[in-house]
Amino acid sequence: MCATCGCSADGSVTMHIPGQENNQDHNHGHDHSHSHGKRIVDVEQDILQQNNLLAERNKGYFDAKNILALNLVSSPGSGKTTLLEKTLTDLKGQLTFAVIEGDQQTTNDADRIHATGTKVTQINTGKGCHLDAHMVLHAIQGMKPKNDSVLFIENVGNLVCPAMFDLGEKERVVIISVTEGDDKPLKYPDMFFTSTLCIINKIDLLPYVPFSIEKVKENAKKINRNLPIIEVSCTTGAGLQEWYDWLKSKVLAPELV
Amino acid sequence: MHELSIVMSIIEIATTQMEGADASEIEEIELEIGALSGVEENSFEFAWKQAVRNTPLQNAVRKINHIEGLATCLDCMIDFSITQLYDACPVCGGHFLNIKKGKELKVKSLVVN
Ligand SMILES: Nc1nc2c(ncn2[C@@H]2O[C@H](COP(=O)(O)OP(=O)(O)OP(=O)(O)O)[C@@H](O)[C@H]2O)c(=O)[nH]1
Ligand SMILES: [Mg+2]
Ligand SMILES: [Zn+2]
Repeated sequence: MCATCGCSADGSVTMHIPGQENNQDHNHGHDHSHSHGKRIVDVEQDILQQNNLLAERNKGYFDAKNILALNLVSSPGSGKTTLLEKTLTDLKGQLTFAVIEGDQQTTNDADRIHATGTKVTQINTGKGCHLDAHMVLHAIQGMKPKNDSVLFIENVGNLVCPAMFDLGEKERVVIISVTEGDDKPLKYPDMFFTSTLCIINKIDLLPYVPFSIEKVKENAKKINRNLPIIEVSCTTGAGLQEWYDWLKSKVLAPELV
Repeated sequence: MHELSIVMSIIEIATTQMEGADASEIEEIELEIGALSGVEENSFEFAWKQAVRNTPLQNAVRKINHIEGLATCLDCMIDFSITQLYDACPVCGGHFLNIKKGKELKVKSLVVN
């Protein structure tokens, strides 16, 4: 059993439904029928409370160790892993990195990160369509990221489900690519509402697709007025410097803490 | 389908509360779901049917209080109802909003036995 959160997980992600297992020995020793009768229980509890509490715990861990945690979210294939590969390679020696990869099935992305020489942990969510704070808690227990490092968490490719689950991150980076259509923010408002940076990737493909940068910015600002937007191409390297500057501006110098 | 995770959490909360109240049955559960909470109703319904089987919520009557979205325009300081996060202020057409209602996702109460 996990001492931190009280779960019985061994690292593999499995859903636990209370009451659905061994109903037999679950009688609370209360068989001697003194019924209290029908009554109302006031609960008033946030359904996401459990996740939010664990997210707070992760956040405390990150704060204590001065780790900058970023949650990378996007549709499948927008370029999360490619952006990480670029970043880890280009900023090697300047910042200390660690990566948590969330994926339903494979370890492909983790293998790609590993090839850059960066410490990486894979979480396979199985059928799960998002990472949650509990999975991240276990991942950081296993990997023990260094003090003053930058921790990237690549979420499962999905613009809907991960929006609701705080992982304890400091920054949430939503990535869209120009092949996806400039109405993405309106279709997935929750994700743009909760993000703190938007990256538009694959701008090298702009000549070939009907995608208006102006339109997507306008749409994003309707949902999140102060959302910074950076345009990049991981293929040509255009705009990456701006992303690196943003990233470095978020890294707290240890002596200032 | 994050709705499944949501339903799982509801089952967990309800079961814990039922046990805490020394009861063995949940007859009724009252939820509060905001229009801007990110829960899609059909997916929620589907997930519910699958997940509550063989749990204390299996036969519970489910009541959902739907909460409408309400925002304040921070430029005009007026309140108005919204159905989407990108809705504009009806007065100035702006998007500088503070969401006041509609994000709720709560277990309100149970009737246990
Ligand atoms: N033309 C172009 N292709 C890109 C760019 N960035 C990434 N790609 C390609 O897009 C494809 C998907 O990139 P990934 O980095 O695997 O995307 P991802 O978001 O990690 O995908 P999932 O983890 O499956 O959700 C790959 O074939 C990349 O080579 C870019 O800037 N321009
Ligand atoms: Mg990837
Ligand atoms: Zn206004």
